[in-house]
Amino acid sequence: MKVEDKLALNKFEVDREVHIRVDEQICDRCEPKDCLYVCPAECYVIRDGHVTFSYEGCLECGSCRFSCDRGAITWVNPRGGFGICYQYG
Amino acid sequence: MENFDAIVVGAGPAGCAAAYTMAKAGLNVLVLERGKYAGAKNTWGGALFGSAMNEVFPEFWKEAPVERSVSRHAISFLTKDACLSVDYKDSHSDGSSTPGFIILRAKFDQWMAGKVEKAGAIIAAGLEVDDFIREGKAIRGVKVGGEEFPANVVILADGVNSLLAVKAGLRGEFKAKDLKQGVKEVLRLPREVIEDRFNLRGTDGAVMEFVGHCTLGLPGGGFIYTNLDSLSVGVVVQLSALLEKRVKASELLEEFKAHPAVQSLIRGGELLEYSAHLIPVSGISMMPKLFADGIMITGDAAAMVLGTGLILEGANFAVAAGVAAGNAAIRAREKNDYSSAALQSYEQALKDTFVLKDLNTFREAPHFLENERIYNAYPQWACDLMSRIFCSNGKPRKNTFQVVRESMKGRFNIMQLFSDFMRARRAM
Repeated sequence: MKVEDKLALNKFEVDREVHIRVDEQICDRCEPKDCLYVCPAECYVIRDGHVTFSYEGCLECGSCRFSCDRGAITWVNPRGGFGICYQYG
Repeated sequence: MENFDAIVVGAGPAGCAAAYTMAKAGLNVLVLERGKYAGAKNTWGGALFGSAMNEVFPEFWKEAPVERSVSRHAISFLTKDACLSVDYKDSHSDGSSTPGFIILRAKFDQWMAGKVEKAGAIIAAGLEVDDFIREGKAIRGVKVGGEEFPANVVILADGVNSLLAVKAGLRGEFKAKDLKQGVKEVLRLPREVIEDRFNLRGTDGAVMEFVGHCTLGLPGGGFIYTNLDSLSVGVVVQLSALLEKRVKASELLEEFKAHPAVQSLIRGGELLEYSAHLIPVSGISMMPKLFADGIMITGDAAAMVLGTGLILEGANFAVAAGVAAGNAAIRAREKNDYSSAALQSYEQALKDTFVLKDLNTFREAPHFLENERIYNAYPQWACDLMSRIFCSNGKPRKNTFQVVRESMKGRFNIMQLFSDFMRARRAM
């Protein structure tokens, strides 16, 4: 089962606002691109040659925040009430 | 806006324990939770051990949504094909000790928050605190959006990702080497199937931990917890090791689930939820400053997690620390002094309880647990030794001690073994 199919079973309150932003210019120059490996929800993907973040499936674990040492990720929580809503946890 | 005696940020075990303690003493308490409800952002293994919860909510398991009580605790070494286990069972029939409880957080945290509300505190969910109200160096409340909530004291219980801890100047950002990433699936299985497969009576439950191949030899482990009619199955791996080896925890989880010893236990399980969380695992060495003028910090936000290799406890510490923070706020109110000097009683209380005592006793454990031989060479050696002992291939057998000696050859030298043993003795 793919991670995106697993995420489809989770409950999210999806906000219109994006809570995590990546700096394309920094990411373009980044060789290891650790974010692609470290995100358990695989929210970081390469699209048209650039790292993009799809915030809808974010589990808000913070792994990317502690892994990017180039300062490319602006990490805040989703607005109150939005984001992942675990039903089991 | 009215001035609260105390504002608690985060309605998890630490925050609820603090708020409950203060509300019971008649303080005017506001709890701000960023999730849509308490527990919305929380996931864990998980089981709750220890007595702290019972001291706050006596015999909570009779009323709270607990899944099962822990009667079986197994620790297994895994190689690609083999599994060697120590399987401990205790029915707790004489009632002399509090067993652990297997719990799903979304339900349990909501129950706790309900108790806090009944005690008189206000729980406001769906509100993300983004900054503090400051008066010089002192913290005098919080800001949510444009709105200000003044308070005499703020207790941070907002978890491992606490952005506020950094903003308050209590600590810098945690480092990847001090964190483990946990990923978990909840798999639905009929009750009877779980009880048959795990050899459980009624609402008895099993905690199964795995070391070795489940993390491909990286520091961490795998786990299975039996809920009432589902299983929690997951892996926990050191974040810096994932980065270094460029491995995805989600893939480790798939491999773990496919291991013959695991697959037979979970087969047929229908996926209900996939979750992930970080765990602060370096104990005392990563712990922030615990208080400053008008503020205290507790729970995962303060890295109050004990990991010894055999024990991984966070919620028990969070509850005990939450109570200590609550009591410190009560004393501060009596003296009408919320300065750093007055809140020092919080740290003193932690030093007097198991919270800082245990973290101090096991302060070497986090470093010891970074030794990759624990996850690689030793599980392989242990399983290989068993296979040699049980081997019956038509050739004359050797003396068992000779088999042990031969099984060690080429894996590790005696000096390594001795040094690991000495380190284990210090750490554990």
